[in-house]
Amino acid sequence: MRPFRPLPLLLAAALFAAACGDQTTDEPTSPDAADEPITTEDDAATDEAAEPADDVTLTLLTHDSFDVSEDVLASFTADTGIEVQVVPLGDAGTAVNQTILTADSPQGDLLFGVDTTFLSRALDNDIFIPYESPMLEQVPDRYILDPELRATPIDVGDVCLNHDVAFFEEADVDVPTDLADLTDPAYEGMLAVQNPATSSPGLSFLMASIERFGEDGYLEFWEGLVANDVVVTDGWSEAYYEEFSGTGGDRPLVVSYASSPPAEVFFADPQPDEAPTGVIEASCFRQIEFVGILEGTAHEPEAQQLVDFMLSTEFQEDIPLTMFVFPVNEEAELPEVFVEHAVLPSDPFELDPAEIGENREAWIEAWTSTVLR
Amino acid sequence: MSATPTGTTARTARRGATLALLVVPAGFLAVFFVLPVGTIVWTGLAPEGSPELGVLGRVLTDPSVRGVAWFTLWQAVVSTGLTLAVALPGAYVLSRVAFRGRRAIQAAVTVPFVLPTVVVGSAFLALLGPRSPINTAMTVLLGDAAPTLDLRRSVTAILLAHVFFNYAVVVRTVGGLWALIDPRLEDAARVLGASRWQAFREVSLPLLRPAIASAAAIVFLFTFTSFGVVLILGGPGRATIEVEIHRATTQLLDLPLASALAMLQLVAVVASLAVYGRLQRQATSEHALVDADAALRTPRTRGERWFLRGNLAVMAGLLAAPLLVLAERSLVTDAGYGLDHYVSLATDERATVLAVPAGEAIRNSLVFGLGATLVALVVGGLAATAATLGRGRLTSVVDRALMVPLGTSAVTVGFGFLIALDRPLDLRGSPLLVPLAQALIATPFVVRTLLPVLRSIDQRLRDAAAVLGASPLRVWREVDLPIIGRALLVAAGFSFAIAVGEFGATVFVARANLPTMPVAIFRLLGRPGVANFGQAMAMSTLLAAITAAALLAIDRLRVGSVGRF
Repeated sequence: MRPFRPLPLLLAAALFAAACGDQTTDEPTSPDAADEPITTEDDAATDEAAEPADDVTLTLLTHDSFDVSEDVLASFTADTGIEVQVVPLGDAGTAVNQTILTADSPQGDLLFGVDTTFLSRALDNDIFIPYESPMLEQVPDRYILDPELRATPIDVGDVCLNHDVAFFEEADVDVPTDLADLTDPAYEGMLAVQNPATSSPGLSFLMASIERFGEDGYLEFWEGLVANDVVVTDGWSEAYYEEFSGTGGDRPLVVSYASSPPAEVFFADPQPDEAPTGVIEASCFRQIEFVGILEGTAHEPEAQQLVDFMLSTEFQEDIPLTMFVFPVNEEAELPEVFVEHAVLPSDPFELDPAEIGENREAWIEAWTSTVLR
Repeated sequence: MSATPTGTTARTARRGATLALLVVPAGFLAVFFVLPVGTIVWTGLAPEGSPELGVLGRVLTDPSVRGVAWFTLWQAVVSTGLTLAVALPGAYVLSRVAFRGRRAIQAAVTVPFVLPTVVVGSAFLALLGPRSPINTAMTVLLGDAAPTLDLRRSVTAILLAHVFFNYAVVVRTVGGLWALIDPRLEDAARVLGASRWQAFREVSLPLLRPAIASAAAIVFLFTFTSFGVVLILGGPGRATIEVEIHRATTQLLDLPLASALAMLQLVAVVASLAVYGRLQRQATSEHALVDADAALRTPRTRGERWFLRGNLAVMAGLLAAPLLVLAERSLVTDAGYGLDHYVSLATDERATVLAVPAGEAIRNSLVFGLGATLVALVVGGLAATAATLGRGRLTSVVDRALMVPLGTSAVTVGFGFLIALDRPLDLRGSPLLVPLAQALIATPFVVRTLLPVLRSIDQRLRDAAAVLGASPLRVWREVDLPIIGRALLVAAGFSFAIAVGEFGATVFVARANLPTMPVAIFRLLGRPGVANFGQAMAMSTLLAAITAAALLAIDRLRVGSVGRF
């Protein structure tokens, strides 16, 4: 009997220990140990002249869709000496709920990504400290939904029906111009939407229908959609990538974002002159995303500096091509692909966050009974 | 064992050793599972500090909750039965029949199990939809009159995907033992006049029962708590308890509802574990084992060859097809087929916080995966050894308890981490949580893989060694370890592959700048644009390749490193 040789396991152990060691040198594991700057700096930033000993690291909690260019964040660190650690917490609803649950012992200093549909929940639970940023002067009033300024608007991105341009041209069918058109038999089997119980664009589209047809009429509209063979998926990517004919499915209408057409252009190689998909403006529901400073932070002044920075043109101009939404700062210039291919509807559907907060569950429940059961 | 001359002393020593071995697994479970889950459930059930049991009553009598519970149960039972029916013949073929490519196929069938559902879901949608290769073939054969098969958003899709994901559980768990059963036992039965089926039923099946029960328990747990498959393939009308917990926690912030559902799921999971634990105890047997390759035989009759071909066809159709669809889609570009998406994965430096280069995501996955493997091997190895040594009530409780995390919703564990692990040390932002969370999922597989083999070791070997003066540690080293060496390596490979593909728990604890491959795929899939979709498919194909390579490597490794006897 030959003895069992544990060499491979030892090797694996050594490899892991080495890798771990590697990590702990540049990644302190707990905030207590985080006096050293971490995460976002690139080598250039680290090499830059001696940083003050009392450096602060801010933790920015956010949802999975948050993104920012590394050099933009690095320039904030270079200017202020403040490091920013980004912690994604799941989708928008999950991120807000986690932050509410950990309010006694917050995981971070700020929360970004509270949107119109979840704003009232965040405000009702008192997780934010009010802050009036001087940069708000460059932001139109229509984006400021909390009069107490606990939540500061950062970006705006509408949820809209997208259509497959080529399909409608080839089929010689008119692109619908009103939500009511969608129940017309001419559009039978053409629409893919998301479940509002599990998907944030799905919820926005439900809100759009409530705003368009009223509390008394929206369920009838949805009955019409069901009769017209609407397909419901649980997430955005299944609807967009598997059902939408613009990307691989066979339905020429899908609930997506106002910024999806420029994204289709931007991520194509070579980039086409015309976007292959378009937005139906009369279907758009306004989604504004907010940042708030968390109650319990030990770094309130630094967090305020970060809020100011997020409203600055430098950060705001980075938003379109990282998060594919629009800046709220009117002085921010849009990238060319947005200027040419994106629309931000002038008169979208909007609902008061408090009204959404009161009715969200009831609406979803009624929708579920009508559409899925 | 009680008949040994040193019976009493040996028993006392054994009891002490058992307790000592259990400290680590019990502690691990207490800190990283019981504490977080207990805290979140308590928060839900006792919002004011004292429990309000009315919540439980309200939830349990709600007709829609009952509907969800019924669907959860029946689809899990059917999925488990279907998986066993399809995969047991596969387990036989892969562990007992010698044919070219067996090793590679054995490794390959495990790949589906470790892939994240977010990846496989889209491949399945393509395969089951109206433009699937099946429909294309039918149109070619029958012209326009061909019926269109569309299984998206159906229970059938859920069941097929459950077989796809869990096939490997049966092959690994049952096949692992099957390969070790002396074929001469069945030969003897045949010589004595038993038919092939009788010989299997009377000889091999009783010996295999512990492994089959283990496999069935795991498949049942996985399908009972199925989340991604139900969400993506079942369509919005269908929900398991797990899906409802997720919705109540992440969307509604209805913690009382989530906690009550979590308790309901926990009760079902613990009950099923208890039933299977009982089945296993009854069937535990000690019998002669042979080395793996000794049991292999080339198919001799025409029937045997067709049996082999039939099973290979099932594997190709059910397991390989979705993976091929994945690979095919990673190669689709605007100008036909090409490697563009792979090239852009390597070169596309978007330099944003979330879009880390592919190489980095791969490195993160490997490092976290190795860490999780080590933790799982230590925790699971100690628990399995203790369970074999002790055989007492306590050890079976720990053994079963280690499986409970498999049946617990990732969102419950994830939220539990956040509200429970903030003191004395704030672990919440720590990258160490990633391998620990992955190990929580991988450990039960280590225990499940080791236990049947450990229990099959003839106790008299250990007793003989003890009589000859060997300490318990020495007995373990000289008797148990050489025999379980192969099983340990299988467990290591499995743990690693699970950790690399793990998504549900990882996504809750992964930090922005250290995404694993599944997290990176998820981020790419969440954005519009051909390039993002293509890169997500390319990354998924790479993930499948890496896990396949890991499993294949482990399979090869065992040849040189494990003793033959």
